[in-house]
Amino acid sequence: MEKECATKKIIIRNGKEIFVCDETRSQLLPILQGVQAKKGYISDKDMQKIAGELGIHPVEVYSVITFYSFLTVEKKGKHMIRISNCISGEIAGSEKIVKEFEKVLKIKVGETTKDKKITLEGTSCIGMCDEAPAIMVDDRLIGKVTPKMINKIIKELKCG
Amino acid sequence: MRIERYGPVVFSEIEPYAGLKQALRLGKKGILNTVKESNLRGRGGAGFPTGLKWSFAAETDLERKYVVCNADEGEPGTFKDRVLLTEYTCLVFEGMIIGALAIGAEKGFLYLRGEYRSFLSLFEKELKRMRKDGVLGKNIMGKKGFNFDIDIKLGSGAYVCGEETALIESMEGQRGEPRNRPPFPVNTGYNGWPTIVNNVETFITVVHIIKKGADWFKKIGTKKSAGSKVLSISGDCKKPGVYEVAFGVSIKDILKIAGAANTKAVQVGGASGICVPASEFNRKLAYEDLSTGGSVIVFNEKRKMLDVAENFLKFFGEESCGQCTPCREGIPVLLEGIKLLKKGECTKNYLKDLFSLAETMQLASKCGLGQSSSKALVSIVNNFTKEYTLSKSKRKEKKFDG
Repeated sequence: MEKECATKKIIIRNGKEIFVCDETRSQLLPILQGVQAKKGYISDKDMQKIAGELGIHPVEVYSVITFYSFLTVEKKGKHMIRISNCISGEIAGSEKIVKEFEKVLKIKVGETTKDKKITLEGTSCIGMCDEAPAIMVDDRLIGKVTPKMINKIIKELKCG
Repeated sequence: MRIERYGPVVFSEIEPYAGLKQALRLGKKGILNTVKESNLRGRGGAGFPTGLKWSFAAETDLERKYVVCNADEGEPGTFKDRVLLTEYTCLVFEGMIIGALAIGAEKGFLYLRGEYRSFLSLFEKELKRMRKDGVLGKNIMGKKGFNFDIDIKLGSGAYVCGEETALIESMEGQRGEPRNRPPFPVNTGYNGWPTIVNNVETFITVVHIIKKGADWFKKIGTKKSAGSKVLSISGDCKKPGVYEVAFGVSIKDILKIAGAANTKAVQVGGASGICVPASEFNRKLAYEDLSTGGSVIVFNEKRKMLDVAENFLKFFGEESCGQCTPCREGIPVLLEGIKLLKKGECTKNYLKDLFSLAETMQLASKCGLGQSSSKALVSIVNNFTKEYTLSKSKRKEKKFDG
């Protein structure tokens, strides 16, 4: 037997209320994060597979993916460079950093290099304003970025 | 990174697990009374009385309850939780355990913003150590029947998930869209069960209050704002970093601490806060004057304030979840307006319309993001009239129906 409560579906088994989302639906984000980390994006096929496992419609999976900026349905570069758009970054000269990255990688913010190695993106404040301008390279937070550091950062990524 | 490891509350000395030991002596009622008496209010920015929140959750006798630590600080200019989480990890978890004891929860979650996922292993290690110490798990510190453990849930880059109901939605594997309130999380929270959601700093503060007493805490700060606030100071200053100050400190004093000179304005409370011009630097940080989640951004004379407003609006445009109309549709209009202002193409009448829209957004948006998205713009446009000129309308303003 199923009924709708204020927020979620509840299944009643043997007179006991069991919240289906507890074990299943709440696993969606961790699963998506895992796929994103492994493949760099979440494909249609993966969406369907995940939906099937959790007993939800693939479009629900899609709607969750598109909500979060760290989850993508398009294939991105192997490495992700995110430059903080925060005002503290702007004050500290993040514009110069953006320009230098664009120059060295020969792409604009939002694009991926031809060899599919690196994607360059802007992002909201990453909590590094005390060390602005700051960037996020994959999982790593890097502060006090100067144009001089950029070549080294990119070299490391291309080798790795 | 600069951390002034000196302050009246959060950075004051405390023995490991001293708060928890005292909490076990006080018991459920004692903890709730102490926290209520202390007048502690939420440190995330909204300032809801913590004791009240906890007692709402404690009142219900449902078998499942949750304690959630909101570590999704995304407010531009905020980084104090990053520092508190990495330097005082154990204290944060200790605060959560005390919360669990107070409301009767067996499960807790640390909701960590995706940007901080590189710290994940550090936190996991700390949890492991605390389980070994017997302060997490079954029969905590020998108290029979007191079971509690903490899991970490990772966000994926969404500012709005710092709003507690959006955070819960995200924990449930949904889009992080804020819910209607009521019902409040203390009644209908994670998966429908009573849930308390508190800021990182609030949990640390609770540990100190339980150990040192409500009276000790109330002596710090002002009458209406007990205790201290951890600030993240950035922007045009010599010493950006994390500082703890007692409530009631003036902007002037803060600027002195951070080594700021030629300051034109200070943004208090991040993008969703307000911009304080130099003429008002005597104003005080406190819930009754300038309320803040901790973000303090300093602007010197060289900065163009309209650029600042534009940056904030772009941020809100990016982060708006889009479910309610005033926020989703209002932000792009305001952003367009600020561009017109910058070009000197905004008339007095149109500015009036923009302010009216800003007010509508403050009144009619569903969550804090929408409600506060226009605040910075209004305070900047009002306070820095010298930085733009309004164009004179040569012809009659176009009138629109409906």
